[in-house]
Parts: sequence; structure tokens; C-alpha cells
Amino acid sequence: MSARGEETSEIILEVRNLVKHFQVGGGLFGGRPAVVKAVDGVSFQIRRGETLGLVGESGCGKTTTGRCILRLEPPTSGEVIFEGRDLGKLSDAELRAMRRRMQVIFQDPYSSLNPRMTVGQIIAEPLGVHGIVPDRTARAARVQDLLRHAGLLPAMARRYPHELSGGQRQRVGIARALAMEPSLIICDEPVSALDVSIQAQIINLLEELQAEFGLTYLFIAHDLSVVRHISDRVAVMYLGKIAEITDRKSLYEDPQHPYTKALLSAVPIPDPAVEAAREHVVLGGEVPSPLNPPSGCVFHPRCPIAVDECRRVVPELREIKPGHQAACIRL
Amino acid sequence: MEALLDVRSLRTQFHTSAGVIRAVDGVSWDVRKGETVALVGESGCGKSVSALSVMRLVSAPAGRIVDGEIIFKGRNLLSLAEEEMRRTRGREIGMIFQEPMTSLNPVLTIGRQLTETLETHLGMTGAQAQARAVELLSLVGIPDGARRLRQYPHQFSGGMRQRIMIAMALSCDPALILADEPTTALDVTIQAQILELMKGLSRRLGVAMLIITHNLGVVARYADRVNVMYAGRIVERGTAREIYANPRHPYTLGLLRSVPRLDEPRRARLQPIPGQPPDLSRLPVGCSFAPRCAYVVDRCREQPPPLDEVAAAHFSACWLAKDLHTLVPAAIDAR
Repeated sequence: MSARGEETSEIILEVRNLVKHFQVGGGLFGGRPAVVKAVDGVSFQIRRGETLGLVGESGCGKTTTGRCILRLEPPTSGEVIFEGRDLGKLSDAELRAMRRRMQVIFQDPYSSLNPRMTVGQIIAEPLGVHGIVPDRTARAARVQDLLRHAGLLPAMARRYPHELSGGQRQRVGIARALAMEPSLIICDEPVSALDVSIQAQIINLLEELQAEFGLTYLFIAHDLSVVRHISDRVAVMYLGKIAEITDRKSLYEDPQHPYTKALLSAVPIPDPAVEAAREHVVLGGEVPSPLNPPSGCVFHPRCPIAVDECRRVVPELREIKPGHQAACIRL
Repeated sequence: MEALLDVRSLRTQFHTSAGVIRAVDGVSWDVRKGETVALVGESGCGKSVSALSVMRLVSAPAGRIVDGEIIFKGRNLLSLAEEEMRRTRGREIGMIFQEPMTSLNPVLTIGRQLTETLETHLGMTGAQAQARAVELLSLVGIPDGARRLRQYPHQFSGGMRQRIMIAMALSCDPALILADEPTTALDVTIQAQILELMKGLSRRLGVAMLIITHNLGVVARYADRVNVMYAGRIVERGTAREIYANPRHPYTLGLLRSVPRLDEPRRARLQPIPGQPPDLSRLPVGCSFAPRCAYVVDRCREQPPPLDEVAAAHFSACWLAKDLHTLVPAAIDAR
């Protein structure tokens, strides 16, 4: 555990048994409705000031988890407790006020910025709407301040999103999130659309801002190397469930779940000498459809150590070592 | 060894309202029989346009190959008649793109798309093509081919669609496959499957491969030789081992240092390359990387450095290449 997420600091976000099912089909043409179990019983906690990495492949439910926390999607069941309050029990007005405290940064900075607004307008809008800075002149000054924090020149305020590079657009997205003075930022694949040389710039920026403003991050990504760099603790998701969750060091140095091991082995290391000497565990098969997830352990059809029992028993997330939980009956 | 594909001084430009974009600005590279060569670089560096130029698929009238030669099996592809070029494309050089869904026709069955090539290029009968298509699917790890051939692209997952693209690229026994970001759209466990498959097939069938990618890890795992591109030019070339162990261009060095590595202790801070790639319609006079370079000297801003041999079979386009490993980078603002 790093200095940022001390054991002693308070829990800022707690997700309890979160479930999000989407119903598909049925309706007008009388097809049989089916249920996509996008998130299927996810629980975790984040302490103030720490970064929890949420990794997994497409369709594992990591983005839906983030959207349910923000209440951009109403969860099917489960609780999200943010700064001590159960978000499911708040009135609309209360929820709006709480939402200020948790912001989001998206993967594609282009589609998340209004192309008809200048950068200055994009950042100033929430300041006005939420009445954070009601005065116009003060608002302009605040925008300049936010741009500077995001590593952009004040002159950028007059530009439109299409005039910016991908990295600059992501900085605008970050400035907009900061405008609300949030305590938690959900970063949903914030660097995966950026070029390699720019990714490191944005990651460093996120870390600087965290230190300066005491921010807490839920960092959703599929890139395991980036997640290791930025996270204090990491949760690995597979098909709507958490397969493993622990601190960064344990996860990367002593992974327990066979899925985590396979994921780590699949990441190519940028060094031919290391690669030639490395043993590659290539997982067979593909991620099954969440429409029709496998029985028992959802990972069993691809698991190298699965036994008969894995088809029947749904593994509980349990403590394998102190502070290290995994969902696998073979451990 | 003689080159299978030899690209010489290729120059491809796009004429736009914003001016002339020098997408590929005088690059030379080659691929030998059976080897895997990588073109690495970030978006806009000209790696994809290089491959499209080889296939003569640069979209006219905006895009034009203005100079250079592309010698494939001893013939200059740029001087072939369109009819002859069509026989080369797909037949002798296969192609795999990043997004298999957009390169497959959604309203035709997989079978139709696979057999069409076999019938037109190889003159097979319907029955022969059908049998060969089943064989190709099993080669790329898709069982139950006879049934799968009757299905449409949307009935396959992303990884399966990429396997189908590989089957199509291999269908006419090409000598060379151009793979443009073949696994970028795929999940990491599927990426590993597809790359293992491509590597295995290229060894077994002796097909040469050009992999175009931005992923340094993929290059390290699969390429024999590497060309690093920046702003339309090749800035460094060598064997994969040499380039990674002993980079001689500040851009390559910067790329390698900017990515976090799972096999190394976690660093407190990443070391990004400052700034952004240049506007290709307004390239600086000297070295295109000079504005972002931590080692820059006056000469870099005045004269573009040539791609020179700095060690055996290792080339770098940097005035300081010979001493780069002894220099200390200047402290620069990461923003």
C-alpha cells in the first residue's frame, strides 16, 4: 500500500454487490427476451487519495461498473456508497449535488467534447450551470487557471476541439473534470486512444493532479502495464465478475487467479531478448457471451487448471493471502 | 539475401486544401524471403501509407505516389498496368487490416468471400474453391468449416473475423503479407492468439510478413527486423534485438523509455516525449524530430540527417547517432 492510500484513510467509495443486467430482444417481434449480465455482483472499496485500477478485456463489465457508480445507468441491484451516502437513496437534487464530487474522463476525447463550443466554453459551462463560479469574469479567470493545471496555454481557450491534437483534447477533458472540484474521478480508458509518446504525458499529468488536489481515481483500462504504473490496488474483471483484487505489488508479482496469470503473460514486453526467453501462456477460446455465460466459474471453459467441479460451483471472491482476494476454487 | 520486396526512395503525397502533405517522404526499406519486418511509428508517421503505396491503393486524386520504385520479385510495381497490378494484389501479396469488420462484406457469406478470390485468381471451380476454403479455415483455427462458410461476418467474433482475414490473405499462397495493425482492435488474450497464429503460419508456409504497428511489444515479440518511422521518414533501422538493446535515434530511445514495462521495477514517473508530432504540411527544414528532441544541436535545425549505417546493419538518421549512448539528455519540460 502506498503513502497515498494509507490503510487509515477513510473509504470514499464502496460498491456492494453491484449488479447490472440489460434485457435484450423480446418486445415488438415477440422474440424471447434475454438478459445480458454485464455486471454480476461486484464489490470493492476505494480509500480517499488512492487509485484503484479496474482491468479486463472488452465486455467484462468494467465500463458498465463505472457508469453505474456515476448513475449514468441505474443499477439492477446493489449499493454504491460515495462519501458516506447511498447514491440509490438520494433525491434527484441531492444526486445532482453529489455528482459534482465525482467526475469522469472518457477514452475518446473528441466525441466527448462539443465540436461547436470553444475550449473555454466547454470548461466554463459546468462552472455556470452548477453555480460554482456565477460571475462571468471570475469564470474566465478560473478557466485559465484550469487550463494551466491541465498543461495547456491560456490561449487555448479560444480554440475549437478540431484544432487540437488528441493529447490536447484529453487535457481539455481533464480540465473540465477538474472544474467541478471533484474528489473522485472515474478515468475510463483515458489514454488508450492516444499515441504512445503522448500516453506518458497524460499519465504523468493525472498523477501530478492527484498529488496536488488529493484526488481519488477509479482507473478503468485494458493495458496492464499502464494500470500497474498508476494504481495502488488493482481489480481484474472477467465476464461481469471480479476474478482477483489486491494491491499492485501482489497482483503483478504474485498473481493467483489463472485468468490474471494468462493476461499478464499475453502482454508483450518491448524487448526482444526478454520475449525470446519468456514462456507464453496463450489462452485458448474467446470470452464467452455475457448473454449466455458458462455455468459455475465463468472462466472454466478457457482455464488451464479447471476441474469438473468448476463447471458447477460458482467461486466466491475470498482471501487467499492477507489483503489478496481471488475467485477460484483451485487456490 | 536478395530482397523479395524492395521499396526505393518512395515518396507519397496528398494534395489538400491545407497544402501538400508529405505522408511518405523518400523512404527505402526491404523485406527478404520468409522474414518478418516491422514498420513502427505513431499515427501519421506514414507507415500505413507506405503499405498502401506498395499495393497501389493510395486514393487518387488527392493521394499520389510522386517518386520511387517498388520492386517486387524483380518487377517495379509502379510501372505495371492496372490489369497486371490487380493480378498481383491478393494473389502474390496478401493484406490484413486492423478492423476486420470493415474489410469484410457484411452482406456476403464468408464462403462467398473466400471462394471468390480462389475462383478469380486461381481459376478454381466452385467445388474446388469450396474444399480449399474449408482447408483454409482449419489452417487458421476455425473448425467446422463447411458450416461456418455459410455464415455472415456478424456471426463471428472480432478474433474470428481476423482469422478469416488471415485465411483470405493466405488463400492464393502469397509470397508476402502486409499486415496493418492486425491486432490493435483485439483484446490482449486474443491478440496473443492471432499473433502466435500468424507467426506459426509464416514459418510453416515460408510467407514473408510486413507488420505495421505502433505497439513496441508486438514488434519485440514477432519482428526480425525493424524500421522506425517518424513524420514520413525512416529514422532508424536494424535487427529487432539491436534496435531495442542499442537504440541510436532519440525518437526510438524516447518511445522505449515512455512505455511502462511489466518486467521492470515500477518507476516513480514515466518519461514522456515532450510536444507532439509535427504537421506534415509544414515540416521543419532540418530534422523533423528536432523540436521534441532532448539531444538537439544547431545542426539538427538546419540540415536533415541522412539515414546512415552506425553499426553493422544498423542505420540511424541522427547527426549524433554514433555518440548517442554516451550523451545525457537535456532537461526538458514534459509539456
